[in-house]
Amino acid sequence: MTMGTKRVMEGSMAIAEAIKAARVQVISAYPITPQTHVAEFLAEMVANGELEAEYLKVDAEFSAASVVFGSAATGARSYTASSSQGLLLMTEVLYNMAGMRIPVVITGMNRSVSTPVSIQPDHQDTITFRDTGMIQLYVEDSQDAYNTHIQAFKIGEDRDILLPVLVAADGWTISHTFEPVETFPQEEIDAFLPPYNPLYKLDPKEPVTFGAIAMAHNLMEFRYLHHQVMHHAKKKVEEVAREFKERFGQDYGGLIQEYRTDDAEVILVAMGSLVGTLKDAVDEMRETGTRVGVLKIRCYRPFPDEEIRRVLSRARTVCVLDRSISQGYGGPLTIDVKAALHNQRGPQVLSFMAGLGGKDVTIESVKGIVEKAQKVADGIPVDEEPEFVNMNWNIV
Amino acid sequence: MIPEQELFAPGHNACAGCGPAAIARLILKATGDNIIVVSPTGCLETFSSLYDLSSWEVPWMHPLFENGASVASGVEAALRILGKADIPVIVIGGDGGTYDIGMGALSGMFERGHRITYICYDNEAYMNTGVQRSSATPYAAATTTTPFGRRSIGEDRPKKNLAAIAIAHDVPYVATASLAYPRDLMNKVKKSLTVDGPRFILVHSPCPVGWGFDSALTVEVSRLAVQTGLMPVYEAENGEITKVFKIIPRPVEDFLKVQRRFKHLFTSEEGREQIELIQAAANENITKMGLAKEPGRKVKVDAS
Repeated sequence: MTMGTKRVMEGSMAIAEAIKAARVQVISAYPITPQTHVAEFLAEMVANGELEAEYLKVDAEFSAASVVFGSAATGARSYTASSSQGLLLMTEVLYNMAGMRIPVVITGMNRSVSTPVSIQPDHQDTITFRDTGMIQLYVEDSQDAYNTHIQAFKIGEDRDILLPVLVAADGWTISHTFEPVETFPQEEIDAFLPPYNPLYKLDPKEPVTFGAIAMAHNLMEFRYLHHQVMHHAKKKVEEVAREFKERFGQDYGGLIQEYRTDDAEVILVAMGSLVGTLKDAVDEMRETGTRVGVLKIRCYRPFPDEEIRRVLSRARTVCVLDRSISQGYGGPLTIDVKAALHNQRGPQVLSFMAGLGGKDVTIESVKGIVEKAQKVADGIPVDEEPEFVNMNWNIV
Repeated sequence: MIPEQELFAPGHNACAGCGPAAIARLILKATGDNIIVVSPTGCLETFSSLYDLSSWEVPWMHPLFENGASVASGVEAALRILGKADIPVIVIGGDGGTYDIGMGALSGMFERGHRITYICYDNEAYMNTGVQRSSATPYAAATTTTPFGRRSIGEDRPKKNLAAIAIAHDVPYVATASLAYPRDLMNKVKKSLTVDGPRFILVHSPCPVGWGFDSALTVEVSRLAVQTGLMPVYEAENGEITKVFKIIPRPVEDFLKVQRRFKHLFTSEEGREQIELIQAAANENITKMGLAKEPGRKVKVDAS
């Protein structure tokens, strides 16, 4: 196993270090808070000659996504990052590049979506990418962000996959927070991540048509194949995470990660940086004998339904904490977890809207959630769902 | 000699007499097969790439409507970092994808100085969706969204001067061309590839369906646009107009009267006034750009 170097750095720097380690060849970005530090650190690395890359400063996020789309289609490893409105502006391109099977890595530095205007974190921006056909990974902290960005290239560029990969990292909580991060020697990263060598590319030696028109007799067949690849990607996500763990001793899970779920009666389900708080809360509650655990969803698409069923069917009550909302129905993650458990003799699922627009979710908040779950398990009726955690009812 | 090699294969779904189809064929004859082509959404993309057929014998990509210039920028950047900068990159897009929805991306491509030839085939409306006006639609032309009516003379704004906008970006090579003068078009495409920096070529591309003329007359209508002074054909290098295609000016009516989109101008007194305004615009082009051939001098078309 390779020993790395541990240094305290900002989460954005951890991501920039990963992009450098991955030897990304084309970068394009447009400034938006809280993504900007990544764009700045990479600009500095290119300016200093630390990173041999073309860095295109563009007119909009739409162009940033389009540039890396074109460069990856030509055979260069490519990367972009954005947040909030900027991610939404990229959306049309993301569908296009996923359908065309062009692997690019995109950081979604999570931030709420206007209106109301907010620069604080939640998952409202990246959750809208659900049906783009991209692989979507949510990270827990800066180390996870470093690891996952390197893994993302290996997953997306695999010739059996060939898909763009979104790495979603909570703005501020990850992007602007200083934590110790272990980085690894370049030659070890190179051994893990071979150069990008796509099956098809824009090359006069072997002319290929990209982006043709489908009709009623073949469009659905393309969608079917894409769907099959997404299923296949589940194995790839697991396999790459395992290899990364074996090589670098880093383990943040593959599709999911379980934390103290073995004998848990209540299991908390979440994505992103919230998971850290949940783990701390679980440790405290375990000290007083509460049988509670955490299921982290690391891979949101493809959705790990089988793995979720395996873990959650053991619990009495499941509490899903959503950091985004589908107005008129509820939390998108809750909806998916419920669907995964459908037709199972399993736990009751409770839904919680937590941390929207950066609202604090404390250990005390988590304890309240677990108490509610225990009441439900004991047959005591509770308030209407979903519960909005830590609401300021005075202004509603 | 026009090369015999066909890189834009026949069998596509273009309408009879399609200007852009002929233009794409000529462009590829000029570039040869060492090229990468990006085409934003438009007629050309639609009729040339119906899966599982393709007319493109060269590497070709259709991304979206508004990002031809940005995707091509990425292609060019990739070629640079991969040590393959000897492969030229061109964009072939319609007026909708260039003048309108792709304008921001195009401005970015110009400003960043990419070595890309952006060729706009200008058929002066959204033909692919059924002849809706674009900012390239000329004054008084009837389209499905600028119909002639009791309160409408057709399009009520003059055509956007996109070549001038390119020149204002300090694009080192800007040219206009016409299907009626294929050698000139091919020479301009070839020349553009030698220029260090972004290049822009605007090609006037008549559409028999949208403009309403006999599909056998595409080249003739194209020629009339040039000869009336409505479509000045010129080259601008480093901000200066360096070459102008000289004409013996014909009245704009010769161009207008053969097209259904201007038919309403000939049926009313108000229409006569509009024709005068169009003639005045042509006259201004002729004077300002020095289009008129001096009497007694034979002017050679640049067909080297």
